[in-house]
Amino acid sequence: MDTVMGIVGDGFCIVAADCSAARSILVFNHSEDKIVELDGNKLMGQSGPQCDTSNFAEYIQKNMTLYELNNDLQLSTHAAANFMRRELATALRKGPYQTNVLLGGFDKSAGPSLYYLDHLSSLQKVNFGAHGYASNFVLSIFDREWKHGLTLEEARAIIDKCIFELQTRFLLSQPKFKLKIVDADGIREL
Amino acid sequence: PISQEFPGTMSILEYNGGAVLAMTGKNCVAIATDTRLGMQAQTVACDFQKVFKMNDKLMLGVTGLATDVQTLSQLLKFRLNMYRMREEREIKPETFSALLTHILYERRFGPYFTEPVVAGLNEKNEPFVSAMDLLGAPVFTSDFVVSGTCTSNLYGMCETMYKPNMEPDELFETASQCLLASVDRDALSGWGAVVHVITPTGTISRKLKGRQD
Repeated sequence: MDTVMGIVGDGFCIVAADCSAARSILVFNHSEDKIVELDGNKLMGQSGPQCDTSNFAEYIQKNMTLYELNNDLQLSTHAAANFMRRELATALRKGPYQTNVLLGGFDKSAGPSLYYLDHLSSLQKVNFGAHGYASNFVLSIFDREWKHGLTLEEARAIIDKCIFELQTRFLLSQPKFKLKIVDADGIREL
Repeated sequence: PISQEFPGTMSILEYNGGAVLAMTGKNCVAIATDTRLGMQAQTVACDFQKVFKMNDKLMLGVTGLATDVQTLSQLLKFRLNMYRMREEREIKPETFSALLTHILYERRFGPYFTEPVVAGLNEKNEPFVSAMDLLGAPVFTSDFVVSGTCTSNLYGMCETMYKPNMEPDELFETASQCLLASVDRDALSGWGAVVHVITPTGTISRKLKGRQD
């Protein structure tokens, strides 16, 4: 039900998510923030039930802060993605988290990167991605429009096209979307 | 293998899709996989790694559920590093295969949903291939092994095109053609391929571009 999308551009990564918090036929609110800021340069868009998303996000967030305090070093996006994968994989056969994640980050060395992590804990680095029903609608738009080295305006336009497509053709009404960008200057909302 | 009794249903081994084959040659061995990562009918990525280098003369190809492909390869890397530290030498392919069957059977009642393939050269540079099912039942052959969602296709292609004692270049061609032709007829595999040929002097890796559908 939740829509989470991400796209990598020239020196930045955008993660977008819808803002509807709903269960079954009831919508709780239209102002839910599903994109967690893990630390100064990582964004985690999550889909799934609130219990699993918030639990998982907080667990990862606290552990990353602990790593930073212990080692005086910030985890790279690649390392964070693999750490998350390991946690999800271990939990898979004990008490699985039903959460799909799109991790977007910016590292000085590696540049912008986006990682697709599904609820079964399969990890893949991608240039663009989407979770949930939305993926059926937007992946083809990304396939067509994405190219290497997108500017912010171009990436924004592609995301807008995706949102328009969802609002036209997706059964569930998702009137509001939140976009966050991570780049060399950090995280801000668009 | 796709479920034949109930067409249209999917087993957990087919959820992500994939195909791998390994073929022996003259003092060389080829291992080839497709690079699709899918979620049933949808394709998520076209550059998903399914073959992992264990050491200079040993490679492991894993198909099945993507999360277990990654978990198993990471687990084996760890076990191999421990072996190397304790034994102070590289593991033999036969031993690695035995280790893998043990690791899989340990999880007999909650298995890793993977069907791995081992390909390597032993100390005498003789080729070795083996394959396993998800519970660790191994098969050792002298010619080729296959695994994935299009095993019927792969078996047919390999059986037809395989010749013993091929040189590395011919082996590469044969393995590539077998894989590409097989995955082209399988909806859940394809979207690119990668072929590694392990020889005593080194490994040659090549990416193939096949039908992007």
